[in-house]
Amino acid sequence: MTDRTAPTALQTGIVQLRDVTEAIKVRIRNPAKLRNLELFLLVIAWVLAGGAMVLVQLGALQRVDMMPLQLAGLLGILTLALHIALRIVAREADAIILPVVTVLNGLGIAMIYRIDIAEGATGWDAASMRQIAWTGIALLIAIATIVVIRNHRVLARYRFLAMAVAIILLVLPLVPGLGRTINGATVWIGIGSVLSLQPGELAKIALAIFFAGYLMTARDSLSVVGRKVLGIRFPRVRDLGPILIVWAMCLLVLVFQRDLGTSLLYFGLFLVMIYVATGRRSWMVIGLGLVALGGIAAYFTLGYVQRRIGAWIHAFDQSVYDAQGGSYQIVQGVFGMAHGGLLGTGLGLGRPDITPYANSDYIIPSLGEELGLVGIFAILGLYLILVSRGIRIGFQGPDDFTKLLGVGLAFTIGLQVFIVVGGVTRLIPLTGLTTPFLAAGGSSLLANWLIVALLLRLSDSVRGRGIA
Amino acid sequence: MRRPIRRVSMLLMVMFVALFGSSTMIQAVQADALHTDARNTRTLLDSFSVERGSIVVDGVPVALSTPSDDEYEWQRQYPLGPLYASVTGYNTLGQGNSGIEEAMNAELTGTANSQFLEQVLATLTGQDPSGASVELTIDSAAQQAAADGLGDREGAVIAIEPETGEVLAMHSSPTFDPNAFASHDIAAVREVYDQLLNDPGDPLVNRTIAGDLYYPGSVFKLITAAAALESGRYTLQSEFENPVELQLPQSTAVVRNATRGPCGPGETATLETAIVLSCNIQFALLAQELGAEALRQQAAAFGFGEQLEIPLRVTPSQYPAELNEPNLMLTGFGQYDVRVTPLQMAMVSAAINNDGTMLRPQMIDRVLAPNLDVVDDPEAEILGNPISAATAAALRGAMERGVTEGLASNAAIPGVTVGGKTGTAETGERGEPFNLWFTGYGELGDRSVAVAVVVVPSENIVGDTSNVIAAPIGRAVIEAVLNS
Repeated sequence: MTDRTAPTALQTGIVQLRDVTEAIKVRIRNPAKLRNLELFLLVIAWVLAGGAMVLVQLGALQRVDMMPLQLAGLLGILTLALHIALRIVAREADAIILPVVTVLNGLGIAMIYRIDIAEGATGWDAASMRQIAWTGIALLIAIATIVVIRNHRVLARYRFLAMAVAIILLVLPLVPGLGRTINGATVWIGIGSVLSLQPGELAKIALAIFFAGYLMTARDSLSVVGRKVLGIRFPRVRDLGPILIVWAMCLLVLVFQRDLGTSLLYFGLFLVMIYVATGRRSWMVIGLGLVALGGIAAYFTLGYVQRRIGAWIHAFDQSVYDAQGGSYQIVQGVFGMAHGGLLGTGLGLGRPDITPYANSDYIIPSLGEELGLVGIFAILGLYLILVSRGIRIGFQGPDDFTKLLGVGLAFTIGLQVFIVVGGVTRLIPLTGLTTPFLAAGGSSLLANWLIVALLLRLSDSVRGRGIA
Repeated sequence: MRRPIRRVSMLLMVMFVALFGSSTMIQAVQADALHTDARNTRTLLDSFSVERGSIVVDGVPVALSTPSDDEYEWQRQYPLGPLYASVTGYNTLGQGNSGIEEAMNAELTGTANSQFLEQVLATLTGQDPSGASVELTIDSAAQQAAADGLGDREGAVIAIEPETGEVLAMHSSPTFDPNAFASHDIAAVREVYDQLLNDPGDPLVNRTIAGDLYYPGSVFKLITAAAALESGRYTLQSEFENPVELQLPQSTAVVRNATRGPCGPGETATLETAIVLSCNIQFALLAQELGAEALRQQAAAFGFGEQLEIPLRVTPSQYPAELNEPNLMLTGFGQYDVRVTPLQMAMVSAAINNDGTMLRPQMIDRVLAPNLDVVDDPEAEILGNPISAATAAALRGAMERGVTEGLASNAAIPGVTVGGKTGTAETGERGEPFNLWFTGYGELGDRSVAVAVVVVPSENIVGDTSNVIAAPIGRAVIEAVLNS
């Protein structure tokens, strides 16, 4: 009788070094540790979010009632539910993403609630109530996503379906009777009079899935050496097809939906993903050339693009400031941030409501006013952590699809933050995009929590390094 | 894929560093400049969340801030309303201020440089910021007398203390209720403002120191007489021709005395008689002899053409720069293009009363921080000596005779030394009401006060002379000061 298993240390009495290191590795890999870390960080996130909501009420109304605690409690229950789902179906998922996003979502609700107080909105008229409801819906969908999609690689199979979905979502607002034009941009669809959605927010996820799937299969043909011009190898003309299609799509958005930000976002997303897939700088050159071309054409043909640029460069000119669609909002936002200074006025103690759209497009200046430069740095730092967790999947992902999707989704968040915060701080022209997780708006929350669900699912496949 | 991903993460890093940079630019580097942008309503609203200091007269606030329930936290109130409107001015939510509210805004809001340290300390110790209170030199009894004296008539009354320059009364009529401006309903404030701005009575104009200024008429004779005495070539007994009419050179115009008769019974009239009886012909002749330059210099010595801030901004009084001979002769008795503020005429009387020394008019007694530290306590400051003590004494003699036996008899107060000069200035337009003037001083023991009163009646009524209308107002103010 032969025992084919190796003798254990107990049996042999010899403790081998290999066994010791193995034991340590198992301990590091122990999924329970990861999830416990996540829970610990979540508790901190709840305290931060709840504290912000209480301070908002205390600052603005000089009293505290159950309202902020209810808001924070709901956020806590919802994120706890996601945490529990992760314990069951994605035990090795990244432990940092959920707490970071919870803080951002909570800070957003706190500031939206603060603006509600300033505007005297209550009940379902209050954007904060709708925001917490949307947070609930978004988290339930995120949980469902994580539970249903056990292996994200199947998504690669549906890449062309994803493309179709993306295009349909993009075109929906242009459908007569369905589309809504708000503040000049036709990026909304309305169902009845209650519900309005920005399908473009969801389209970016479908696009990222399509790009990742398409590039995974096409990266070899796209990398094929073409002619060399000025020291840069350019791809073959027939391989340009997809990039031209995406470019055309973005221009479509720009022209017909008058949405500069979204079109920038899609194009940037595609450029970065194709660059990551092929490692070819020529794609960047071509892509940036096309952006420049589209941008210049748009500047000379589209009045609203011209106005945006004018309001950016000459924001403080009295004529631009006074003009309809001029720089009033930008300048008020800048005043708000300056009013906050380094340390901020304190939550509930500033006057962020002077700036139009203080709880959506301008939530960053609102937070900057009340939390100061310190608060803005902290918020940007949280985004940076979130983005870096996604980029990490790109470095350590087990396969090309995972890597591409991870980098793509992370870059979407990073680029969107750049476009929004850069716009309100006058780094770049202002475009109408939402600040992920912070800004009031259901579609944006839904889309960004879906991205979180996907990132969590992707990170679960990065074995054993959930806190690396 | 590692290399491109590393590059992408570097790109993201660069993007975030740019965001750190752009937010730092706004919130740290440019923050101060952005605070001071006129369009920054946050700065303005902040200034309203400060408890604005009170404006105090004789220990009683005439403007104060009380807590309000709305977002501005404080409500400005003017308990005595129109009585002190010329002094306090108004304070609005971003629609501008006037009067002391404007001139002392920095002190009242606690943002004056002198209060910087206290504000820092208040912030550090967690106290709510509050402004300093401004105590005025105004004498409440004199102010009441001025307002009562003018009543509904258009005009202005100002009283100053000759030895210190302190403004004791300042009232312009018609006036307004500053409480209407303190409303937090900006649309309503704008409406009130537009309505008052378009009111033909110009209630927002402080006539004592600004506005279109007044023709001085006969009260300017004090300056002409001062120039004559200062020249050393004349005394009060210097004699002038005494015709009933005087044909102006190069002109068809004829100058007459107000009485349409000669200046006293004699063949000639002395300078003293001309002052006491306020004759025009002798002053036209005197101006002709003195020349424009001497008159202009004497006027400038009294403060004509000089910008004053008391701290309200005073419109400089004017003596014309270019003059031909007939017009020069007209300026000798305060006609043609001579324009004065009542304050200017009060300063002339004050200098005459104060042996020729003129002090800078001042409305601020002291500025007190919330902890009662004295932030500012302006000292009396000599502006100059427009006339010698001898000239001043001579003019006092003539002015006092004007009250005891001349045209300013209604200013007389038993037991008080009162000197005065009346004036009835034609305003150029035929049928326009005259400017009825009184300026003078009263002295009792070591207390004295100089006043200037101007009344513009709604129409000229025979017999309603400056001695009937303006002099009693001056007397009432002098009495109020000397009795208090």
